[in-house]
Amino acid sequence: MINWLWLIPALPFFSATLLILFGSSLPRRAVAAVGVGSIGLSALVTGLIAIGFVTAPPAGHAFTQILWTWMSVAGFEPQVGLYLDALSLVMLLVVTFVGFLIHIYAAEFMIEDESYSRYFAYMNLFVASMITLLLGNNLLLLLLGWEGVGLCSYLLIGFWYRDPANGRAARKAFIVTRVGDCAMMVALFLLFTQLGTLEIQDLMHRASVQWPSGSTWALAAALLLIGGAAGKSAQVPLQVWLPDAMAGPTPTSALIHAATMVTAGVYLIARTHVLFSLAPAAQLAVAVVGAATLLLAGFSALTQHDIKRILAYSTISQIGYMFLALGVGAWQAAMFHFFTHAFFKALLFLGAGVIINAVDDEHSIFKMGGLRRELPVAFWTFLAGGCALAGLPFLTAGFFSKDLIIWQAWSAEGGHPALWVAGMLGAGLTSLYTFRLVFRVFFGPLGTPVTKRPGLAMKVPLVILAVLAIVAGYLKAPLLAFLHSALPATIEARAGRLTETGSEAIAGLLFLVGLYLAYVFHLQKRSLADSLVANPIGQALDQWWFAGWGFDWIYDKVFVQPFIWAANVNKGDFVDAFYTGVGRAADVSYRWLSSTETGRVRWYATAMAAGSVLFIAMVYLIAKVWFV
Amino acid sequence: MFSLGLTGLLVRRNLIFVLMSLEVMLNAAGLAFVVAGSRWHQADGQVMFVFILAMAAAEVAVGLALVLQIYHRFKSLDVDAISEMRG
Amino acid sequence: MELIFYIAGAVAVISTIVMLTRLNLTHALLYLIVSLLAVAVDFFALGAPFAAALEAIVYAGAIMVLFLFVVMMLNTGRQATESERQWLTPGIWTGPVILTCILMIEVLYLARTASASLGTGATGPKEVGIALFGPYLIGVELASMLLLAGLVGAYHLGIRKNEKTETLEVQHDALTDERRTDTGGDLVLAGTDGSARAA
Repeated sequence: MINWLWLIPALPFFSATLLILFGSSLPRRAVAAVGVGSIGLSALVTGLIAIGFVTAPPAGHAFTQILWTWMSVAGFEPQVGLYLDALSLVMLLVVTFVGFLIHIYAAEFMIEDESYSRYFAYMNLFVASMITLLLGNNLLLLLLGWEGVGLCSYLLIGFWYRDPANGRAARKAFIVTRVGDCAMMVALFLLFTQLGTLEIQDLMHRASVQWPSGSTWALAAALLLIGGAAGKSAQVPLQVWLPDAMAGPTPTSALIHAATMVTAGVYLIARTHVLFSLAPAAQLAVAVVGAATLLLAGFSALTQHDIKRILAYSTISQIGYMFLALGVGAWQAAMFHFFTHAFFKALLFLGAGVIINAVDDEHSIFKMGGLRRELPVAFWTFLAGGCALAGLPFLTAGFFSKDLIIWQAWSAEGGHPALWVAGMLGAGLTSLYTFRLVFRVFFGPLGTPVTKRPGLAMKVPLVILAVLAIVAGYLKAPLLAFLHSALPATIEARAGRLTETGSEAIAGLLFLVGLYLAYVFHLQKRSLADSLVANPIGQALDQWWFAGWGFDWIYDKVFVQPFIWAANVNKGDFVDAFYTGVGRAADVSYRWLSSTETGRVRWYATAMAAGSVLFIAMVYLIAKVWFV
Repeated sequence: MFSLGLTGLLVRRNLIFVLMSLEVMLNAAGLAFVVAGSRWHQADGQVMFVFILAMAAAEVAVGLALVLQIYHRFKSLDVDAISEMRG
Repeated sequence: MELIFYIAGAVAVISTIVMLTRLNLTHALLYLIVSLLAVAVDFFALGAPFAAALEAIVYAGAIMVLFLFVVMMLNTGRQATESERQWLTPGIWTGPVILTCILMIEVLYLARTASASLGTGATGPKEVGIALFGPYLIGVELASMLLLAGLVGAYHLGIRKNEKTETLEVQHDALTDERRTDTGGDLVLAGTDGSARAA
């Protein structure tokens, strides 16, 4: 059974190829069957392999399947090999299963779109690349998957390419993640030249042997890998692309920008955790980046109007939590939060898609209202997801995973009270903006009327994900134990005055505070919210946080404008001048030569005489030179 | 003599003068041939001179006929006036 | 003999120079005839009596007479002399003179050899005749064909227009006026004009 591992990436690749080549001539049902079916089969195979892996784990809790040798160049022989251990299995389960549900949803959501087959082709290609990324046994194959998901992200964000704004958003995403990708590639070069291999397990082993703790090579490699991870996972300072990426269709946002692609950075750091253990400064950097991002994004989410942008900033914030966990050495906690986050974030996005579809493509939450009576299924599932996100105590998965992270930010060996405070503050913010969203959209008087209701294909995945968002929390203990075979345990160093339950209690309290504040400002006395924004300080803060703390503005001034200026200066560059110069030289010589054709006999005779003078002189001189 | 003929060709604007200068040049060439032939006491120089003479005669005939046509068309014998084949 | 050669040569050169500077066309022609006759004397002094005779008879006699006929036919008279006076400015001589001087110097330099001695003995008509009928036979034939071509060409080109061709010419002029607006080039016009005139 486990030998069928190669099917998991192969099936989506195959269906993507099929859809690219023949998709436009297939009927919609067939396209949906192929597109959704391939992911479903992958999910099935993954499930079966998972059962086998858990009940009868292979030796060393890891399984490698080498498919073929990719290239053989001067002693560098990366292979196309698949490596399965607890970490990649957990992520694979999430990716395929959630992906399957989202594909079912998309089959109905995109039914009216004219490029139906193109959409599923891209989505399948994305899932295939993501699986390659997760299963790759060497960093080069991981890089292949990495680039593949970046490409598919670009293709899917700019899916409705006829609107230039979508193209711009897609380009922004691609370019910003490219910056991170370059850092990652340099890291790969460094690792290869220093350690001689890119095969991950071997690499980690050699690193731990060759490099002492605190070595500068490890630090450099780790920092560069952080650059790559931050780019793909939209952390500070490369987070600017994710809010704009909401220009793509909602199932894409759900799959790529909530559950799977943006967690690729988390996966990368978790895979190469040995390097980070060897470079504590880099690990601290990860934690700081995570903490900064979660706060920054939380504040920004508080001021957004567009429902998808709120969820985008929320995603950035939650991945900040995962980075925070990785940074303090809470490896399993990070993966557990990834596990639960995938469910509830995908749920929230799919729910948002239902809402947007229902109110005739209206995105602003201030124009919506009272939808809980109109869209009951969407309401209850969205509420479940929102509570999970905010961390409703004991009932939702988000509570368990997020609080584990916050507790370990205090207690783990790499933890620090300041990080704990940041985590808590973030939790409060999460609750606040989540319930702001819920109250504005579902409660209150009816805003934009509902024109379309979701069909079964859209409701069933919502329900399934809602159930998972609640239930997944109870899998905490077994999941953590399972991950222990792949990731080192978190070393609890500091207990002090706070205990885990104490931390959880504080988190629960903050949840209620956020809920209450949201209730007051966004349901009971909405005018209070307006007056808060009208006051000058409030307005300034509101605008600053709305614009994502000014990162876009800074990047525009520092990078984009100078580049455009330089490109404009170079418009008439010297290479061009060379080619136009050739043309102009030809023109000039033409004019000059044609002016010698005067039509006058005496002029021609003079020319002949002068020519013969020169010629005779030349012949004489050459003869003299030659025969002397 | 040849140089003189060439000078005349380049300077004068009257078509007849041009033809006359041409004759001078041909004559000079023939003179050169005859001198060479007499140097080596061979008849070849004079033979060449005969040919040159024949050629000059033909050329003059045709050339003067052309002069007549040009005069009828352009009403002048100015060489510069007939420069229609301009670039 | 040598003295005669040099005197005749000097006469030829001076006569040519004078010819070039004349304003009156007929005067220039007469000076040219003098020059040609001086060259004939030169030939005689060199021991080439046949060439001398030919020069005098054909060149000076026939060709120059042809020139004279044409000049008198055109009958430009005073007007020509006036225009010549306008055209022949002193400054106009400088360029060509320099050019031809350089050419002359070059040729003389290249052709310098041991001094030529004026050969004794004349190469008479007999030798020339033998050479013409012998090795140079083909040349003779070609020259005759050349003369034929010249004859036909001169006849053709010399045809004067009369009333019949004048109307044709007027029509054709209109057409060529149209065509002149294209950049077809004068080559096109030359062909059509010639054929029109020839008819």
